[in-house]
Amino acid sequence: MSDKTAVIENEQIEVKKTTCYMCACRCGIRVTLRNGEIRYIEGNPEHPLNKGVLCAKGSSGIMKQYSPARLTKPLKRKEGSDRGAAEFEEISWEEAFSMMEERLKHLRATDPKKFALFTGRDQMQALTGMFAKQFGTPNYAAHGGFCSVNMAAGMIYTIGGSFWEFGGPDLDRSKLFIMFGTAEDHHSNPLKIELSKFKRDGGRFISVNPVRTGYSAIADQWVPIKPGTDGALILALIHEIIKQGLYDREFLVQYSNAAQLVNDDDKQDEFGLFVRTDVDEDIGVVHPQDQLWWDRKTNKAVRTHTKTADPFLLGDFVLDDGTAVKPAFQLLVDRVKDYTPEWASNITGIPADTIIELAHEMGVVARDDTIELPIAWTDAWGNDHEAITGNPVSFHAMRGLAAHSNGFQTIRALSILMSILGTIDRPGGFRHKAPFPRPIPPCAKTPNGPQGVKPNSPLGGMPLGWPADPNDLFVDDKGEPVRIDKAFSWEYPLSVHGMMHNVITNAWRGDPYPIDTLLIFMANMAWNSSMNTVSVREMLNDKHEDGEYKIPFIIVCDAFQSEMVAFADLVLPDTTYLERHDVMSMLDRPISEFDGPVDSVRIPVLPPTGECKPFQEVIIELGARLGLPAFTNEDGTRKYRDYPDFVVNHETEKGSGIGFLAGWRGKSGEKFLQGEPNPNQWEMYEKNNCVFHYEMPKSYQYMRNWNKGYLLWAQKHHMTRYTDPINIHIYSEVLQKFRLSAQGKYPGKQPPDRLRKRIETYFDPLPFYYEPLEGQLTDKHKYPLNAITQRPMAMYHSWDSQNAWLRPIHAHNYLYMSPKLGVEGGFNDGDWVWVESMHGKVRCMCRFSETVEPGTVWTWNAIGKAAGAWNLTAEANESKKGFLLNHLISEELPKMDEGDHISNSDPITGQAGWYDVRVKVYKAGPDEEKVTSPQFSVMNPVPGEGVRKSVLRYFAGLGGGSKGLFKGNKK
Amino acid sequence: MTQLALVIDLNVCVGCHACVTSCKQWNTSGSAGSMTDQRPYDKDPTGTFFNRVQSFEVGEFPSAEMMHFPKSCLHCEDAPCVPVCPTGASYKREEDGIVLVDYDKCIGCKYCSWACPYGAREFDEVEKVMKKCTLCVDRVYNMNLPESERKPACVISCPTSARIFGDVHDPDSDASVAIRESGGYALMPEWGTQPANHYLPRRKNKRHIHEDELVRVDNPLKKEGESQTDQGGPFLEDVTSW
Repeated sequence: MSDKTAVIENEQIEVKKTTCYMCACRCGIRVTLRNGEIRYIEGNPEHPLNKGVLCAKGSSGIMKQYSPARLTKPLKRKEGSDRGAAEFEEISWEEAFSMMEERLKHLRATDPKKFALFTGRDQMQALTGMFAKQFGTPNYAAHGGFCSVNMAAGMIYTIGGSFWEFGGPDLDRSKLFIMFGTAEDHHSNPLKIELSKFKRDGGRFISVNPVRTGYSAIADQWVPIKPGTDGALILALIHEIIKQGLYDREFLVQYSNAAQLVNDDDKQDEFGLFVRTDVDEDIGVVHPQDQLWWDRKTNKAVRTHTKTADPFLLGDFVLDDGTAVKPAFQLLVDRVKDYTPEWASNITGIPADTIIELAHEMGVVARDDTIELPIAWTDAWGNDHEAITGNPVSFHAMRGLAAHSNGFQTIRALSILMSILGTIDRPGGFRHKAPFPRPIPPCAKTPNGPQGVKPNSPLGGMPLGWPADPNDLFVDDKGEPVRIDKAFSWEYPLSVHGMMHNVITNAWRGDPYPIDTLLIFMANMAWNSSMNTVSVREMLNDKHEDGEYKIPFIIVCDAFQSEMVAFADLVLPDTTYLERHDVMSMLDRPISEFDGPVDSVRIPVLPPTGECKPFQEVIIELGARLGLPAFTNEDGTRKYRDYPDFVVNHETEKGSGIGFLAGWRGKSGEKFLQGEPNPNQWEMYEKNNCVFHYEMPKSYQYMRNWNKGYLLWAQKHHMTRYTDPINIHIYSEVLQKFRLSAQGKYPGKQPPDRLRKRIETYFDPLPFYYEPLEGQLTDKHKYPLNAITQRPMAMYHSWDSQNAWLRPIHAHNYLYMSPKLGVEGGFNDGDWVWVESMHGKVRCMCRFSETVEPGTVWTWNAIGKAAGAWNLTAEANESKKGFLLNHLISEELPKMDEGDHISNSDPITGQAGWYDVRVKVYKAGPDEEKVTSPQFSVMNPVPGEGVRKSVLRYFAGLGGGSKGLFKGNKK
Repeated sequence: MTQLALVIDLNVCVGCHACVTSCKQWNTSGSAGSMTDQRPYDKDPTGTFFNRVQSFEVGEFPSAEMMHFPKSCLHCEDAPCVPVCPTGASYKREEDGIVLVDYDKCIGCKYCSWACPYGAREFDEVEKVMKKCTLCVDRVYNMNLPESERKPACVISCPTSARIFGDVHDPDSDASVAIRESGGYALMPEWGTQPANHYLPRRKNKRHIHEDELVRVDNPLKKEGESQTDQGGPFLEDVTSW
C-alpha cells in the first residue's frame, strides 16, 4: 500500500451533514460520499452533543445502509398463509394506502379506539402522538413504558425534570459522581466524553451496579449490589446523611416542600395533605403558594416564604384549630428512621460500613467542596442573590433502577437524596435541559373518561399525560380502563409513557375490549421488545373459532426484516436514517444542553432505497386521506406536500407560532421557539450543522425551578405556561391524594374495591422499600438468583443484528455468572446450561465472571435472534448460540387478589419489571443438542431483500454498496 | 527522528469499540483497503480488523477489575516483523517510524505474523495478503483534510479521547508528555522490540473522610434542637481539684 490520497480515478467526493440514528443518542455526523456511496461517517466536530466523536455503532452506519436485510417494497401477507410464516407478495404503495385508508376510515367513523398505534424508540413522538390524537384513538404510546418510564416519572414527580434528554450530571464541575445501573447508551457519547474529562480532572467515580462492564470498568470504586435493592441502599444513605447532619438545610427550606406543614391528624379527611392558609391572597393564581411553615421566631404557622420567617424542619406542632401538623421533613426523618445501614446491608449485600462511608463522602463533598459562581440572579420570590452556589455531588441512573416494579419509589428516593444534598440545578450537581424543569406534574393531560373518544373526532385530550390527582385518570364510570394497555387506570395510575408491553396480550384477550387494527412502527414485538416472547408470537397468530384473527389486522413499518415483520398482514418499508428528514423536536425529546434549548434535524444524505418511504410520509399521506383536521385544509384537501413541508408550516394551533422546530422561526428566521413559519427553515438548519442551539444568559442557566428571570424567559418564549416556582416534592401530595382516594377520603373518582389496598400501599407520599412484586410471588428457594440484561456499547437492541461490522463483536451472547454457581451445579466455564424461571426456560452457554454480584446472572440484551430473521442464515450464531432472556419473563404476574392479569410492572407507573425475574441455573444434559432453546421455525426471506454475500469487500465508490447489493431484484 | 505512535489511556477506555469500527470504515475504502469480511451474514462472522478490543477480568469478586484493552500494531522501533519478511513487503518507514506492508510484494507467507509477539497482524484470508494498522498514513499526510483531522480515524472517533497520537521522540508532544506524566508503559519490553505505542495504566482516585469533617459546627440538626454534641452526665472538670 502507499499513502496516496485519491485511491480511485475520477472520484467525486461530497460531504453532507445530518444526525446519527444508530442508537437513540443523536450525535451530529458528517457523511462523506464517494461517487454516491458512503466513504465514511464521522462525528461532526461542530456538533454540541458529540463534539466530533462517534461510537462503534455510528461508525458502522455503512453496513446498516447497505444491509441485505433491508425491506425495499410494500408487502401483503399471502392469502391463506399464516402469520409468522413470512409469506408475502409485493404490492404497490397505492394498494397499501388504499387498504389502510378503507380500514381506518371505517374505524374512525365507528369506534376510533379499535385502531392502536404503538411505536418503538422512534424519535418522532411529536408526529405519531399527534396523528393518534387527530385520529381520535386513545391507544397510542411509544416504548417508554417498557424502557425507563420510572426514571422519567419518579424524577419529574419529584424535581420537575429527569436524566438523559431532560437533564443530567454536571460532570464538568462535579467532584463526586455516583452512577447506578445504566445501559451504556444512556446517554452514550456525551457521557463518555464527560466521564473521561471528569476522571482526568481528578473527580471520583463510584459505580453501584450488580455487574462491572463498560462505564463501571473505569470507576474508582465498584459497589456490587443485588438487583432491585437500590431503594434500600438509597434510603439508608438518606438515613445516614440526615443522622450526621450533612444535608443542605437552607436549600431544603427555600426550594423544597420539606418545611411545609402536613396534616398529621389521621381522623381528618385531609390527613397527609399540606395544610393551607385561609387567607385568599392568590385568587386566580393557578398554583397558589398557600402552604404553611412553622416559624421558629414567632412560634406559629406562617405562609411559606414569608420573608422574616425561619421555619422548623423537624418537630410536631398544633394549629390554632387543634389540627396536629408536622413539617414534611420530619415525616421523612420518621420514614428513614429504621432504614439503617445495617438493615440495608442485609437486603443489598453491601457491607454496612461501605454504606456509611458512601453517605459520609457524599455529605462531606457536598458541604465542603462547594462551588460559588459570581453570577447574580433573582429567585421567584424576588430575592436577589449575588452568586450561584453548588454542591459538587452528581448522580446518573437509568434502567438499573427503573426496570423494577419498585422502581418509581426507588427513583423518588434517589431524587430526594439528590435534593437533601442540595444538588438540583446547581453547578456540579444535577442540571436541567430545556424544556425542563416543568411543573410537578407537567400540564399535559389525557381525557378523563370514555367521553374523550368519539367517532370522527380528535381525542379529547393528549393520548399520554401527567395525572395530578385521581380525577385525571382515564377510566370509565366503574373505574375501569379506557385504553387497551390499561394505562392511566387504577391498576397503573401514573403510566405516563403508556404500557406497550401489555398491548398485544390485552388485544388478544379482548380485555378491556378487542381492537381491529394494530400498527406497530419500529418495535420488534415478536422478539426482543416483548416479555413472554413465545406466547406473544402465538397470540399474534391466534384465531377465533370462526377463523378470524384475534387481532384482525396488523401493520408493521420497519426498515429491516425483523422477527415482527413475519407477523404482519401489511409491511411498510421504512427508510434508514440516512435517507430521510427527521426532527429532534422540542415537542418530543430534544437534544438540549444545560445552557439552553437545542433541537436538531436529519437531512437525507442518500435517496431512499428501492421503494422505501419514510414513516413520516406515510403518516402525512394517511392523515390527508383520512381527512384528519391537522393534515387537511378546511375544504378537505391535502394540506402538506410532504413531511419537510409539514415541519415548516404546521403550527400546534392556528397562529400559535409553535411548530416542530424551534430554530429560525419567523418569516426570515429571526425568531426562535415561537414565531410564524419560515419557508427557509430547513436550509437554515442545513447551514448550521443541522442544529439550533440557543445559549441562555448565564443567570438563567441554574436554579431554574426557582429562577425568576428564567421562568419569565421560558414563559415569554412559550416554552412553559407558568412562572410559579417549582418546589421539590420531598413529600408527594400527589401520591397522598391517590392514597386518600383508596381510603375513600378524597372527593371524586374511587378505585374498584379490588385495587384499594394496592393503591393505598404503593401510593406512599414518602419513598419506601419493598421487594419487587415478582420476587414477592416467587419461591426463592427454588429460584434463588436474579437475572438481568445489560446493553453492549456496540449494539443497540436488535437494530444492529444485520450489521456486518458489528456482528463480529457480538454475534452471540453468554450467561455470565459467578464461578461459585458452576462449583455448586457441577458445570464449567463455557458449558451449556439451562436458566429457568417460573415462566419458562432457556438453554444457553455460561461464562464465569468475577465482575458480577454472586447472586446475579446476566447477559447482553437482544443479541439472540430467531433463525432466518434479519436476513442472517439459519446457521448464524445469533439463532444457534444467541438467546433472549425474554422467554423467562412474563408480561403478567400470577393471579392475585387485585386481578387475574395484573401487568408485571410497577404498580404506580406501569413500568415493565424486566429485571425482577428470579431464576435457577443447572447443567444441560450430555445428550442435549448444543444449540440454544427455544428454537423457532426458520423465517423466510421476503420479496425485495438484498443479496446476502458470503464475502464482503466493501470499497466505497466502486458500486459495491447499494448498487451491487440489490441487483437481481425484480423492479 | 520522528516516531509516530498511539498512547492509549486504559484509565478512561470503556471498551466501546468505536476505535474498532471507525478504523474499519476509514481503511476499507482507503489505501489499505479493502478489509474483507467473511461470512458477514452467516455462522461465525469474521473479518479483517486493524484494531481490536480485548476485555478481560483481573482479580476476584468483589475487588475484580474489568480491563478493556484496545490493541493494534505497536509500530515497534525494532520491529521483528520486518527482517523476517522474505520479499521486503514488510517495512518500517524512515521518516516517521510507521510499519507498513506493501501488498504488491506480500506473498502471504505469514512469517511476519509468526514473528510479531503481540499478535497484531491481520492476514486477509481472501486476498491472501498480510494487513495491519497503518496509523492511517493516508489521513495523517492527507492535505485534503483539515490539519486538526490529520490523525488516525480511531483517535478522532474515540469518545473518551483515550487515544493520544503523536511523535514519541518529541519530548514535548502530547504523547510523550502523557507517557512521562501518567506512567506510560510499553508492552512486553523484555522482547526488546521497543514498541512505539504505549499504554497508560488505570489510576484510582480515593478520598478518606476524616472524623473531624463529620463533627461539624454547621450541623443543621443543632438548629432543630437535636445537637449531636449534646453530652449529658458528669464531666471531668466537675470532679477534678488541684
